[in-house]
Amino acid sequence: MLKIEGLVTGYGSIKALKGIDLEVPAGSIVSLIGANGAGKTTAMKSLSGLLKPESGRIIYKGKQIQGLAPHKIVSLGISLVPEGRNILSQMTILENLEMGAYQRKDGQVAADLRSVFNRFPVLEERKNQLGGTLSGGQQQMLAIGRAMMAKPDLLLLDEPSMGLAPMVVADIFKVIKEINQEGATVLLVEQNVRQALKIAHYAYVLETGKIVYNGTAEEVAANPRVKEAYLGGSKTTV
Amino acid sequence: MFWQQLVNGLTLGSTYSLIALGYTLIMGVLNIVNMAHGEIFMFGAFVGLLLVTHLKVNIFVAMLGAALTGAILGIILERVALRPLRRKAVSHLAPLISTIGVSIFLESVALKLFGPQSRDFPSSFTAAFEFGPMRISLVQIFILAVSFSLMLVLRFWLAKTKIGKALRATAENIETANLLGVNTNKIIVLTVSLASALGSVAGVLVGLSFNAVEPTMGITMGLKGLAVLILGGMGNITGAMLGGLILGIAEVFSVAYGNSSYRDAVAFGMIIVILFIRPQGLFGSRDQQGGK
Repeated sequence: MLKIEGLVTGYGSIKALKGIDLEVPAGSIVSLIGANGAGKTTAMKSLSGLLKPESGRIIYKGKQIQGLAPHKIVSLGISLVPEGRNILSQMTILENLEMGAYQRKDGQVAADLRSVFNRFPVLEERKNQLGGTLSGGQQQMLAIGRAMMAKPDLLLLDEPSMGLAPMVVADIFKVIKEINQEGATVLLVEQNVRQALKIAHYAYVLETGKIVYNGTAEEVAANPRVKEAYLGGSKTTV
Repeated sequence: MFWQQLVNGLTLGSTYSLIALGYTLIMGVLNIVNMAHGEIFMFGAFVGLLLVTHLKVNIFVAMLGAALTGAILGIILERVALRPLRRKAVSHLAPLISTIGVSIFLESVALKLFGPQSRDFPSSFTAAFEFGPMRISLVQIFILAVSFSLMLVLRFWLAKTKIGKALRATAENIETANLLGVNTNKIIVLTVSLASALGSVAGVLVGLSFNAVEPTMGITMGLKGLAVLILGGMGNITGAMLGGLILGIAEVFSVAYGNSSYRDAVAFGMIIVILFIRPQGLFGSRDQQGGK
């Protein structure tokens, strides 16, 4: 569904991505893991149109999409839940969700709103409150719900577990798995490698702008180097 | 006396509010001060005046013409002075300077086109009504009706419509709005033209109320609009509306109960006092200046 070939993105003379190749098959969860500063967020920004790649190609459903504006990429069926969630704090929860469906013209928006509320009942209880009043975990639920309101074929998630309590993280990952089972393809960027590898089908390890290792989630989890660097020593198994 | 002055103050203040709303919308979405807003206001006044005096259209058509001219000027302003500077590594003061350039240009064009002399509207609005001790002129009723309905419509539009919500989302976080599928460039053009159209209508209203339209009228009124923008809390719509009314009432009362030559001193002195107490403005929040 999504194929990245030789993607280079930089900030001025600093290249955050030094030519990465990555493939996301339709219906899968692919996880992009790596330490802080490895270039994970840069990859997500390049995919969603916030950053223009310097070279390389991003092919989505057979079409090249690199360098398109973010709103054009949304209209192709790709939604990003950005790092830090970016809730519109001065707008109500309902308005945040409505903004998620901004480009939709089909009649299914009300039904999708219903299913977001069923998945996250707390959002319905507080739908008329401002987005800024939510806790971190609730904001993440709202951010995911808002992205789902666009009915994306490909959901990009940038660090959904960041800053959340372990209980909440488990909930969020459960929801991501459900969303995938309901048909959306997911590309997940995570520092929480253990959790990410639990739900992913494939994984790519990014280190200082390059993919150093990739394979099925089991293969990546079994890799001694990944164990050492990301899973807290070789004794631990996933 | 008190009620009469209150009505006078509200009338004047409602035009300030309209002008300040233009600054506020642009500040909210683009985080810049549009220094050409006063001159667009002045152009609106002239277009309205010329439509009434030369084409003999009624005042509503004249306001529509002024609004349309303002909107077009706004679109040109965005293309010429704002868009080229966006997303480039320029100082955040650059758009301020470029809009000052546009304001000087517009004022010079107005001097050339319309001449330096002050002009007035034909006196077809001098009728007045007595309400007990109050005497309210038709012009005042007209100004109050137009500016308050425009403010109400704007509030409703921002709160309830899809585009209005997209504008608010863009004002809060342009990147997020873009990621949600909003074409933020279009929203910016819409914002600048809407702000300029409101400013132009305010120009016609002020021209009617002072019965004077001249190329330099944009400077003083522009400064008052700016003061209201700061008083209300940068980028806050409610703040701009109330701030304008407060400034208008303060001016009128300082004339009525004091000395007319201290009018601006009293009004701006009051703004300074309010800002001492609430540095973020009446409705601004400390961490959210400029609508961010």
